[in-house]
Amino acid sequence: MANVLVVAEHVDGVLRKVTRSAITFAREAAALTGGNVEVLLLGSDVDNIAEELSTSGVSRVLYANDPAYAHYLAENYAPAIAAAAEEIDAAIVCSPSSTTGKDMLPRVAAKLEAGMVSDAISVENDDGLKFRRPLWAGNVITTVEVVTPVKVVSVRTTDFEASESTSDAAPVEAFDPGTGAADGVEFVSFDQVKSERPELTDAEVVVAGGRGLGSGDNFEMIMKLADSLKGAVGATRAAVDSGYAPNDWQIGQTGKVVAPQLYFAIAISGAIQHLAGMKGSKNIVAINKDPEAPIFQVSDYGLVADAFEVVPELTEKLQKVLD
Amino acid sequence: MKILATVKRVTDPDMKIKIKPDETGVVTEGVEYKMNSFDEYGVEEAISIKEEHGGEVVVVSIGPAASTKELRTAMAMGADRAILVETDQDLDSDAVARVLTEVVGREEPDVIVMGKQSVDSDRNQAAQLLASYLGWPQATFAFNVDISDGWATVGREVDGGTSTKRIELPGIITADLRLNEPRYASLPGIMKAKRKPLDTLTPDELGVDIAPRVNVLKFEAPEEREAGEILEDVDELVDRLQNEANVI
Repeated sequence: MANVLVVAEHVDGVLRKVTRSAITFAREAAALTGGNVEVLLLGSDVDNIAEELSTSGVSRVLYANDPAYAHYLAENYAPAIAAAAEEIDAAIVCSPSSTTGKDMLPRVAAKLEAGMVSDAISVENDDGLKFRRPLWAGNVITTVEVVTPVKVVSVRTTDFEASESTSDAAPVEAFDPGTGAADGVEFVSFDQVKSERPELTDAEVVVAGGRGLGSGDNFEMIMKLADSLKGAVGATRAAVDSGYAPNDWQIGQTGKVVAPQLYFAIAISGAIQHLAGMKGSKNIVAINKDPEAPIFQVSDYGLVADAFEVVPELTEKLQKVLD
Repeated sequence: MKILATVKRVTDPDMKIKIKPDETGVVTEGVEYKMNSFDEYGVEEAISIKEEHGGEVVVVSIGPAASTKELRTAMAMGADRAILVETDQDLDSDAVARVLTEVVGREEPDVIVMGKQSVDSDRNQAAQLLASYLGWPQATFAFNVDISDGWATVGREVDGGTSTKRIELPGIITADLRLNEPRYASLPGIMKAKRKPLDTLTPDELGVDIAPRVNVLKFEAPEEREAGEILEDVDELVDRLQNEANVI
């Protein structure tokens, strides 16, 4: 028992890139356990994704193609994942620490009588497998061990590179979990925020605004700057709470974790809960009119200035450079 | 309708957390505690469900004796009674879920509302584990809850947008930020809460072995970023991004 099972995540017929980061975690773990990395795809008529997964650096793709999996429901997914874990004798079951992963993996752990690690940022073998994970809004990192034979792990994907495609294709095999659809639960809708912008967790550039912007309308200039750099738009919890930005944009302890090449924090004071979601960014630019704002303690480049004056100027000058 | 809500006593999230020199935990001297913020949303939702449908709100906490303070706060907001499962041990999520499974077996609520995660351990597991142990459906990360005809229709915050799910009760809902605005405890509420029933149990009395499945071996501070430079103007910023950071 040494294999590692990754649960693939997809939306709208497209494999989410965070799955590839979870595969990288799984490969690191499998190198320590001496097992194979196998990926489970649950869905309905997503053959294209099965094909893509076959060259994602795994040993085998288990494909459960069933209308019961057309829409994600934890109650249907968790038993199927547990069945696959038993089928391949998995020592570790993992998926991205996305809202889907967070929702379903504890149910998988309960079924497998397994302990679960949330938001793993590393795995190593030091007299047994040890995982590191952030807590207290990233102010503390703990090293943990799971004492049960099977270990369930949600992976903080910003800490693992996306697995690269291989030229050899791993086999794709049909898998029937035999677990069916649960009673007492119905999928109603998924209302996707349609956007031309990249996903926050995938973007190379993120432009984020805080409550200091004063209104939802004022996010317009954040979006313009993001669009000029083909970046994603983010927001603080305070800005989301104030109704300036949708929850899907929230970066921080209780939102998304991002680590782009370039992060703009605009009118963001830098509460620890926000820093938890972005301080892994490669380059951080902070624009805030308060020179004492804590965000300047983590930024590489700071401008003490009124966002309303400098953000349009910055957008224009960057545009000139890019043109 | 009987509604059960959970309350965790956590370190004040606005305080700086310090790690003990021997790396076995965080410094607790001089630390202030309060109710986990997501549990405030959960308690508020439980009370508003009761206001709409009638019934009773029972709040449950697992933790040290001092957690009675957070339970009294929840009762001052409007919960009817409280149960403290007293332990000085720091439980893992699985042990929390197994303790709650026993409490639910005794109380038989129609719906359970929990915070989506606690802001200290940040695990986001207990409600989902509990749902699985009970064999109940779950609706996590709720921003909207509508209960009718024995089902809950729940709007959920998910990556890429929002999602709506219906679960048949009994079921478990976890609260996200936009669910409601937790009310403040009124002075009469605080006075009343002092006389509301608060029962204390132990994991032993519930017959639950709280041995962890996940052991925490070491606590460390994260690597700190170094503060960078304050620049003169936009021109300098563009120049640095282009020629120093090489990201434009």
